[in-house]
Formats: sequence, structure tokens, C-alpha cells
Amino acid sequence: MAKRESQTINAGSMADIAFLLLIFFLVTTTLEADMAIKRELPPITDEPTPPIVLERNILRVQINLNDELFVNDEVIPIAELRDLTKNFIDNNGDGSCEYCIGEQLNTSSDNPRKAIVSIQSDRNSSYAAFVEVQNEVTAGYNELRDKLSQKRYGDDFEKLNYSQQMDIKKAYPLIISEADL
Amino acid sequence: MSKFKKKKSGDSPGISTASLPDIVFMLLFFFMVTTVMKETDLLVKVQLPKASEVTKIERKDLVGYIYVGKPLEQYTATMGTEARIQLDDAFANVDEIAEYVAKVRDAIPEETERKQLTMSIKGDGEAKMGLITDIKQELRDAQAYKLNYSTLKEEVRY
Repeated sequence: MAKRESQTINAGSMADIAFLLLIFFLVTTTLEADMAIKRELPPITDEPTPPIVLERNILRVQINLNDELFVNDEVIPIAELRDLTKNFIDNNGDGSCEYCIGEQLNTSSDNPRKAIVSIQSDRNSSYAAFVEVQNEVTAGYNELRDKLSQKRYGDDFEKLNYSQQMDIKKAYPLIISEADL
Repeated sequence: MSKFKKKKSGDSPGISTASLPDIVFMLLFFFMVTTVMKETDLLVKVQLPKASEVTKIERKDLVGYIYVGKPLEQYTATMGTEARIQLDDAFANVDEIAEYVAKVRDAIPEETERKQLTMSIKGDGEAKMGLITDIKQELRDAQAYKLNYSTLKEEVRY
């Protein structure tokens, strides 16, 4: 029997196969991650009366059917909402918040742990306006948290470890109430 | 006499393409790993609102999606032009959300993680808040308290 020359498999088409698969995955890929504003809904309780909160501890943000913004019954542009929120939370009315730099007005919140931002939207207002308001209020909180993080730990809130973040969150808890108008 | 042999003219060695498949396979694996297949076919038009203060959704296996928006053109005849809810692959009414939440929750294999279930609202910016509020109320009834408002990432404006 004649000795056969050992055959090598032609790997030239391997590249073509890989290219086909590659193109398929290239086309179906979506690289961007899902982004979202996170919220926690209040559990349903049997208690008929909600706890009484002092009016000064509530920042009432209302969106009417024309997507106009009212804060404490005054029309304001959306660009002002962030600073209004910050001033409200950081007001430190009862002087118990040693890290706050608020003006201690007696018409604004006692301290960040008591401050509630209430977002009320008309049923005919748009979802985009609602998200924009949520975004601005969250931005206000995030800026306050970042500032305290810098002061206490010398870094931004996002870069802190878990227990440090918890510490900052306790100092500036995110209390937002969402309800119908 | 020369130290260097002169190359024979016309005999170019040609670039070896043997490593080409390796390179392509590397690229292939990269895209295979990072690929997220589109989960559902959308029946409603969803143009997500933009926001800057967003967080990344980490555990996608613990998330259920509620799409809200106007029905696509081919469905307007049967579904109307007002914003509707889509769960999985079909239009749904608000009162079907509880059922859907239960389904998503049961699909999480680890029972200890079922409390971590997050519902994500992928809502069109033009949708009315009334519908969104109804959805939120249903989610509370279904004891799904973790909620995401899905948005597009936008850089800070001010």
C-alpha cells in the first residue's frame, strides 16, 4: 500500500464562517445599558390616617395639565427646581443638622431627615414632564450628597464604599411622595 | 560579493492569513458576550424621556418591563390612538398588571431574591400621567414596590 501524504484540513473557510457569525452578532448587539431613575413605592397600609407632617417640611411640586410647574403654589421654570429643592432640604430650620449650610428659615424644612418633596401630577400632564421633575429633584439630592461625601470622605458619593454610602444616605434620605393631583 | 542576498524579483512572500480566523474569533467572542438580544417586539411607540440622574439596571433577571405608549400605526384600528400598556408581547389593561407581576416574580429561580423584583416602566414621554399613576397603584396592590422609570441618559445641562 502506498503511503498516503497526510492531508491537512483547509482552514481557509474558517475565517468566512467566523465573519458570518461576527456580522450576525454585530447587527444584533445593543451596547448601551438600560438606564433608569429608581424609586420605591410606599406599601399599602390599613391605617386610615396618614401621619401628620408639618406644612413647612413639605415642598409641594405640582404639575398641571399644561405641564406647568408650581412649587408652593407659585409658577417656576424647571431650571429653578434643582436649587429650590437643595435650599429646601438643606434649610436646617431646627438647627439639628450640623452639616447643613441652609439659611435656617422658619418657613422651610426642619432638617433633611424630615424634609419631604411631594410631587403631584395632574392626570393629563405628560410623563416626560414628570420624569423631568423627578430628575431635577434627584439631582438636588445628589448634589447635596456629593458635597457631604466630599467633606466627610474626600470623594464623590458614587465612589464611596457601601457603608460610607449608607452613612451619607442616612444624612440625606431621599423622601419623595408621588401622588395624584 | 555582497553580504545581503538580493531578493529575487517578483517573488513576494504574501501576507499569511492563517491568523485571521483567530482575530475574527476574538471579535466574535467579544460581541457574543456583550450582546443583549431584543427581548420583546414592541407594539407601542416608546420614546423614552431623557434624564441625567440615572442609575444602571444591574440585575436584568430581576426586572419586569411595562411598556406604555401609543399603539403602532398598524394597531391603531383595533387599539385606538390613546396610550396603551404592553406586557410581554401583547396589549394589556391596567388590571392585568398584577397577574404579570406574579408571573415575573415566579420566574425568578431563587426564592430569596423574589423580594428584589423591580418593575421598570418604559413609558413614552407623551403618555399621560393618569395611566402611569394607575400602573403605580396596581404595582402597589401587587406588592411590587421597587420601581424604575426607564430613561435615556442625558448629560447635565446646567
